Amino acid sequence: MQPTKEQLLWMYENMVVSRRFEEAIEKVYLEGKTPAFNMANGPIPGEMHLSNGQEPVAVGVCAHLDANDIVTATHRPHHQAIAKGVDLKKMAAEIFGKSTGLAGGRGGHMHLFDSAVNFACSGIIGESCGPACGAALSRKLQGKPGVAVAFLGEGATNQGAFHEAANLAGAWNLPVVFVVEDNSWAISVPKSEATAVTRNDVRAASYHMPGYYVPGNDPYAIFDVAGEAIARAREGKGPTLIEVETYRLAGHFMGDAEQYRPEGEKDELFAKDPIPKMRERLISDGHATKDIDEIEKRAEASVADAITFARESENAPETDALTAVFV
Amino acid sequence: MLDQPTNERRLTIARAMAEAMQQEMQRDPTVFVMGEDIAGFGGIFGNTRGLFEEFGKERVRDTPISETGFISAAVGAAMDGMRPVVELMFVDFFGVCFDAIYNQMAKNTYFAGGNASVPMVLMTSTGGGYSDAGQHSQCLYGTFAHLPGMKVVSPSNAYDAKGLMTAAIRDDNPVVYMFHKQLQGMGWLGTEAGATVNTPEEDYTVEIGKAKVVRAGTDVTLVGLAMGVHNALKAADKLAEDGVSAEVVDLVSLVPLDRETVINSVAKTGRLIVVDEDYHSYGVSGEIIATVTEHDISKLKASPARVTFPDVPIPYARHMEQFCLPNPDKIVAAYRKM
Ligand SMILES: Cc1ncc(C[n+]2csc(CCOP(=O)(O)OP(=O)(O)O)c2C)c(N)n1
Repeated sequence: MQPTKEQLLWMYENMVVSRRFEEAIEKVYLEGKTPAFNMANGPIPGEMHLSNGQEPVAVGVCAHLDANDIVTATHRPHHQAIAKGVDLKKMAAEIFGKSTGLAGGRGGHMHLFDSAVNFACSGIIGESCGPACGAALSRKLQGKPGVAVAFLGEGATNQGAFHEAANLAGAWNLPVVFVVEDNSWAISVPKSEATAVTRNDVRAASYHMPGYYVPGNDPYAIFDVAGEAIARAREGKGPTLIEVETYRLAGHFMGDAEQYRPEGEKDELFAKDPIPKMRERLISDGHATKDIDEIEKRAEASVADAITFARESENAPETDALTAVFV
Repeated sequence: MLDQPTNERRLTIARAMAEAMQQEMQRDPTVFVMGEDIAGFGGIFGNTRGLFEEFGKERVRDTPISETGFISAAVGAAMDGMRPVVELMFVDFFGVCFDAIYNQMAKNTYFAGGNASVPMVLMTSTGGGYSDAGQHSQCLYGTFAHLPGMKVVSPSNAYDAKGLMTAAIRDDNPVVYMFHKQLQGMGWLGTEAGATVNTPEEDYTVEIGKAKVVRAGTDVTLVGLAMGVHNALKAADKLAEDGVSAEVVDLVSLVPLDRETVINSVAKTGRLIVVDEDYHSYGVSGEIIATVTEHDISKLKASPARVTFPDVPIPYARHMEQFCLPNPDKIVAAYRKM
């Protein structure tokens, strides 16, 4: 499946928005955290898992989805949220813990929920999988259109929740796609030391679904494979498992010294940064010329707006902590 | 008394835990450690640092993110003659693996009529205060302590941390060892200075099931554990400024629970405030109050009070989380209301 020019430019723009967003968050996150790095301080406290480098997976998949489809995401959710169309301002405000945030500051960066575009996430590894199956089942039972995509890391494929959900999807022929972002690290533990198989696509066979492995962190190839899988799901032909090779250009979380990385790995990854690569290809394929600068400017402006909005928003009253437990 | 060592040797809880494991691993070849990021990384909270370098990857094993798999594997290994120390990185993750813990680890001895033992340690981090939100900040003391068959401890300082870890490893029963993140001595979590104390180099044990009176007083008993002890001690300082003498009891262990120390303290002071970072209802705070009132309600000069986390998921926003957490001022206010 080949992307149209519009789809390509949409993908590129969302990759750039995502990267600029992470860069902006990183900067704000470090405010108040020097010289002594203490997670509790600054305008954005707590853990922060950035998605730099993993943008191609999110855009290659979400290019095939609309607001009506469901995405369940992970503890590293920003790129997935942006590609799914989560409101950038409300998302930024949530990360700042402000009243204007998606959850009024109750959830934070690992708990972004936007029902307007059917987006949810969980900080518990593997827990994107079951809810995606349930949403897919619900669409089937209600006779409503729509498919569900569960994103997970390669580390999460060793969690029982993934295997149980995958079996459910296979046994019930659910319109769900499991997308494994293989950045080869689960915090400090490499895939090769934690996972019995080299590639997770082979695990699809256990659950009677097709499995694909997409190398190279390549948005074009991801678009292609995800497109087939999502079309299959829409046609009622059941689930698919896709593992995508991707790169984590940041630490596991902010403050990670990354001493576990082999020497030179980061340099190699940066040399393969998917954003400049896609930019070059767009230009050499004649899909973009001057308009690429405009896309980048627009991306920067929307991120700047979102960050300003978040920063200038008010805190919710502290007593809001006690509300919204039940509807 | 090892409580007052003469040589200054201040350790963080993280280092004290690692030292206890190191010494037990040197002493006993059946002891091994496993969990996520506990080998080369040294544990997200620093509590296994140095073990991998000394003992290698057979005995210091990084696991896949498969908590049900590796915690129940620890149960199997423990029943087959090993003494595993296994880490559940955040206690909040118990949700993905609780069967291994409360239906296997905690019950197998009973199911064997006492003829089988499960000598393992499940260490896990607790607590919030640094805006890690609702899936990474809970304490869940009451959840674990409620279920029979496992001992549950939580140190408030490095001395106890080392002695409890050694005792836990040597114990023939499963011990859940809960360490509070803000007491770990990891700067990036913001650190309670009072947790870093003199810690002897030689191995020793701290008795599991014995509470400690960490500050003597006559007007009110403040009961807490882990971070709660530090909040209580600070509240006691503030109360002292107004001439109120507060006694502080560090529970140290929830299972077994040293009810006697609490009862004796309240018999002396006549007033009880329980400080607990866990949720308000159905937890440690209710259990402590019930212990005192069941024993002899006439000893109380005022209704007991508790300073706890309200019954809501832990909010992310810093000001909301701080609003919910126990702190010294809330303890002082609870006393004033008595
Ligand atoms: C059930 C559970 N276990 C452990 C963790 C702690 N943890 C957070 S992220 C992570 C690594 C996840 O690796 P992967 O799934 O590959 O995603 P990545 O971080 O690489 O994006 C771990 C172990 C958790 N959040 N939930």
